[in-house]
Amino acid sequence: MKTRNLISFFFFFLLAGTTIQAFGQEVEEKGDGKEKFKASTYILEHIADSHEWHILTKKNGESVAIYLPVIIFSKETGLNIFSSKRLAHGHEYKGFRLEEEGDLKGKIVLVNEEGHVDEENLPLDLSMTKTVVGMLSAAIIGLLLFLSLARSYKKTGISHPKGIQSFLEPIILFVRDDIAIPNIGKDKYEKFMPYLLTAFFFILINNVMGIVPFPPPFGANVTGNIAVTLVLALFTFFITQFNGNKAYWRHILATPGVPFWLLPIMIPVEIMGMFAKPFALMVRLFANITAGHIIVLSLVCIIFIFKSLAVAPVSVIFVIFMDCLELLVAFLQAYVFTLLSALFVSLAVREHH
Amino acid sequence: MTGTLAAIGAGLAVIGAGLGIGRIGSSAMDAIARQPEAASKIQTAMIISAALIEGVALFAVVVALIAQ
Repeated sequence: MKTRNLISFFFFFLLAGTTIQAFGQEVEEKGDGKEKFKASTYILEHIADSHEWHILTKKNGESVAIYLPVIIFSKETGLNIFSSKRLAHGHEYKGFRLEEEGDLKGKIVLVNEEGHVDEENLPLDLSMTKTVVGMLSAAIIGLLLFLSLARSYKKTGISHPKGIQSFLEPIILFVRDDIAIPNIGKDKYEKFMPYLLTAFFFILINNVMGIVPFPPPFGANVTGNIAVTLVLALFTFFITQFNGNKAYWRHILATPGVPFWLLPIMIPVEIMGMFAKPFALMVRLFANITAGHIIVLSLVCIIFIFKSLAVAPVSVIFVIFMDCLELLVAFLQAYVFTLLSALFVSLAVREHH
Repeated sequence: MTGTLAAIGAGLAVIGAGLGIGRIGSSAMDAIARQPEAASKIQTAMIISAALIEGVALFAVVVALIAQ
């Protein structure tokens, strides 16, 4: 890369650092004078899910945000669909209110006419929140990529790859030749290839989209949400359980070679191991991605804590370095999730030797 | 108080992860020094082991976050 390009990139990022100063509004309003910047609030707000997509806050305190639809189902009023703008800043709408403090913070609750919050029956919230929009965008991107890939294979047959093929084909072959076949075996791997490929690319696309901060469909913390990783781990769990052959169940319930008086200990241990493996998958992906985001956000917070522009180059360089590391972690976590899923599937389908 | 204890717990977990990944790195480097032509295989295995150990350390961080 030419030095001139490198220097201009550096100054571009420096400039980007100055614009970030314009919208740091996570301050505590302490009535008179001292406004303290709370880094923990800033970081947790950016990691957590939310009903609106906050873009920036202008100097006079107004915030510019994309207000996502709220789809909420309550027993009294049925299905309600409205924009979350009506619930912004603690307003009430049709008896719903978005809690901003306390135990139910961030949830939408039912409020009756006296203003009493019904804490027992929370309405069923199926809104399109930030995470949902990010996940659906990643799904759409994945579909576009792979449908166009399939179409180009159909048109030209098995020929030398060009265009998007030449980028995706080595990765798909890598998943097949280095993850599926060595673990599951040449005769049984084909049944599981769709799931392994989907898991790999879903996690990869969502990880990378979480690292890129702008424009709106990017920058949503999808794989850093434990509910999303829980569902992915559940998929692996159900796929291994429904494909377990007799040798697998025999190994769990009556491990060969174990004397019968040890079985009351071995069976609970094996069943716990059956659940512990997908649990580890879930926590590993969640914690790695969330930790990466928290580190980047903390480094950006340094600028606000010191309140000086001179810190900006240092912070931006650290952020660039951490973003590169996060990119490595994105690929690595997708690979490790897929590898371990293939490993668990292989444990379930292997023949008794 | 629980916040401080949670932070101390997370720090202790990082000690374990640091030691473990340090040992992986050192034995990987010894192996590469002995047999440079197997370097890429050793590197792949090293990265996988490091990711798994980091997963365990991040378990502890998640528990610390929940406890606090």
